[in-house]
Amino acid sequence: MHDHALAEQSDALRLRSLDDLNRLRKQILDKRDPDQPEIVVCHGTGCLANGSADVSAAIRSALDASGIEAKVVPGIKTTGCQGFCSHGPLVVIRPRGIFYQKVKPKDAKEIIEKTIVQGDVVKRLLYKNPTDGEKILHEQDIPFYKRQTRVVLHNIGKIDPTDISDTIASGGYQALAKALTTMTPEQVVQEIETSGLRGRGGAGFPTGRKWRSALTAIEKKGRPVYVVVNGDEGDPGAFMDRTIMEGDPHAVLEGLILGAYALGANQGYLYVRAEYPLAIKHLTIAMEQARAYGLLGDNILNSGFSFDARINRGAGAFVCGESTALFTSIEGNPGNPRPKYVRSVEEGLWGRPTVLNNVETWANIPLIVNKGGDWYAKIGVPHSTGTKVFSLVGKVNNVGLVEVPMGVPLSTIVEDIGGGVPGGAPFKAVQTGGPSGGCIPYELKDTPVDFDSLTKAGSMMGSGAMIVMDNRDCVVDVGRYFLRFLEEESCGKCMPCRLGLSRMREILDNFSEGKGSEKDIEDLLSLSKAIQDSALCALGSSAPNPVLTTLKYFKDEYLAHVTRQKCPAGVCKNLITYSIDPELCTGCTSCAKQCPVGCIEGEKKKPHAIDTGLCIRCGICMDTCKFNAVNVI
Amino acid sequence: MSDNALYIDEMMDQYPAKPESLIVILQEIQNKYGFISGDAMRLASEHVHVPLTQAYAVATFYQSFRLDPVGEHEIKVCLGTACHLKGGQRLVEDLERRLHVESGGTTEDMRFTLNTVNCVGACALAPVVSVDNQYHPNATAKKMEKVLKSLTDPSLEEMEGTGNA
Repeated sequence: MHDHALAEQSDALRLRSLDDLNRLRKQILDKRDPDQPEIVVCHGTGCLANGSADVSAAIRSALDASGIEAKVVPGIKTTGCQGFCSHGPLVVIRPRGIFYQKVKPKDAKEIIEKTIVQGDVVKRLLYKNPTDGEKILHEQDIPFYKRQTRVVLHNIGKIDPTDISDTIASGGYQALAKALTTMTPEQVVQEIETSGLRGRGGAGFPTGRKWRSALTAIEKKGRPVYVVVNGDEGDPGAFMDRTIMEGDPHAVLEGLILGAYALGANQGYLYVRAEYPLAIKHLTIAMEQARAYGLLGDNILNSGFSFDARINRGAGAFVCGESTALFTSIEGNPGNPRPKYVRSVEEGLWGRPTVLNNVETWANIPLIVNKGGDWYAKIGVPHSTGTKVFSLVGKVNNVGLVEVPMGVPLSTIVEDIGGGVPGGAPFKAVQTGGPSGGCIPYELKDTPVDFDSLTKAGSMMGSGAMIVMDNRDCVVDVGRYFLRFLEEESCGKCMPCRLGLSRMREILDNFSEGKGSEKDIEDLLSLSKAIQDSALCALGSSAPNPVLTTLKYFKDEYLAHVTRQKCPAGVCKNLITYSIDPELCTGCTSCAKQCPVGCIEGEKKKPHAIDTGLCIRCGICMDTCKFNAVNVI
Repeated sequence: MSDNALYIDEMMDQYPAKPESLIVILQEIQNKYGFISGDAMRLASEHVHVPLTQAYAVATFYQSFRLDPVGEHEIKVCLGTACHLKGGQRLVEDLERRLHVESGGTTEDMRFTLNTVNCVGACALAPVVSVDNQYHPNATAKKMEKVLKSLTDPSLEEMEGTGNA
């Protein structure tokens, strides 16, 4: 296409006012028939990994082959993550809201023939409630969804993230148009202050206060000033930011543009970890579309305000989630943090005033501008307003993304929505806040989940990862895991973090081998205190949290390792022995075939036995056995 | 000028000749060749006007950069918390035994590179192993054995339940 044709085309799309946006929205909605079936296939990373791309392809071709009259040809939409990852690939038939789970490509024909053509339901694809065995027909009746309050996630699973008209139809960019045409930048900041929104990245710093201090810094220093999205999400076990970027990229972008308008920034950055290729792709598409529609770039909606943004891919460093490290990384340097005696709002990117907010925080901004700070402040609890998205993983039935108002009890999330631990036993602990957070034991299951209550319990909100553990998980092992992670991810610049974490990990290594003494527990405590007090950045100062909380709530388990050389959960290799239960063993030989050292012997169809002298305790026999015949003590 | 140098030169022209472009340029080089060679590093550092030592400082700080050639197939075992709880570490050890290579290394015949990653954000499917950027959800030693076999002998049927990463 020639340049002028391109220019003409983009000119035709360009929106010049709030009226333009509303007109376009009406056009899109008018074209839609509310009764037309819509087959929605989840294309979140979880479902994709389970083969949902093949499912949507099969549905497409089954639809083509069905020869349904053009009038009722249903659309197929591929959406971002619908959150119920453990039951993917998910397919929802709208407008009826029929919810199919664990769909395979071979089910496609039946879905089209039965549900779309005849209006019947394919019963075997429905979700079965584990508590009463009842099959549930509608998405909204499934307990996992029923107890949630989906505010930030309201679009995800409904819109096609690669098509801006879907976003516009569902009310996207309304907040931006409202702000640009009816609000001053100061009014935008005030709404955010009224909302009480606290940063969703972990520390929970009030967003309004951050923006306000940036304005003060700008008064002193002048421009340029930058706005930045922290999409690094290095927390292992967290994927809410990934889901928002993949499933509703325009919400993040709209929030960022609103922030830029409020602060007078003309340039923004989205720092997204390279491990999230789909998020990067969808954000790139969203930015191109927003530019074409005049919602990003020069003279947005003819308001005179110009702002553009670009994506920086992270390069695999956890510490780059820390603000000062993230800035040095965008500048092209190793991601070393600096002490924060000067705050980032004063000296951030290239030494300029910079507002850095996490993905979920930015995605909240359009909602607040649209519905008002007062509306937002009413959700949740005082001092922790709004909702929070959690990624619920580990030993829990309904693994997935959960959005609830701040302040709900932990048990609501883990037991009511998450469906509890497989097998029905109470959970042992929930690790919240990732490697910097702590373990909350079952006894504290009624703890309200908000910033301050979690801190009081010795943990923290963090980015919102919740890792559920059962009695097969060892707290010493979990502590070692987080310490090893943080030791590897430490930038190594300050000594408390570099040497302190290594020493703590060495002590836990000894524990896992049945070595060490009670005196070592005291050393762990004093080392923790020293690191908390003296580390350069939050990676170090929060690193001892998992060890401190597990020591507080599960000291007996530590003592069992040290004084009795036992690992009660059956995890620490040097302290366990595998055996085969002859009652349960069917002699299928599959464990013997998998055993890497050949220490399992026995006749076919007769009970097998493990030679514990040769056994390297790799656990493969236990993973392989279908009859639960392998025990560990 | 060699083909490689030509590609790198053309690619780098898309980015401003400033230090802030260094990371993305190194990422592009690695995407194309799987690793960053000494020559490529020199070209990148000259383009963005930073000393070669600075370019190495960046490349060695970030975990995702590699300075050695990779094998034909890249296996990444996720060691996020959920994967750890569900036996991710055991999978790493098993693959190390099967491939006779330590995590982070490449087999002598240059067929396989084994790595661990911190979290791919697919925690519902833990433990996850990605092979040549295809996710294998709920991985077990047995499943991985089949995957390795299918890579050694591509005539074997493709594994069920995999998708693009």
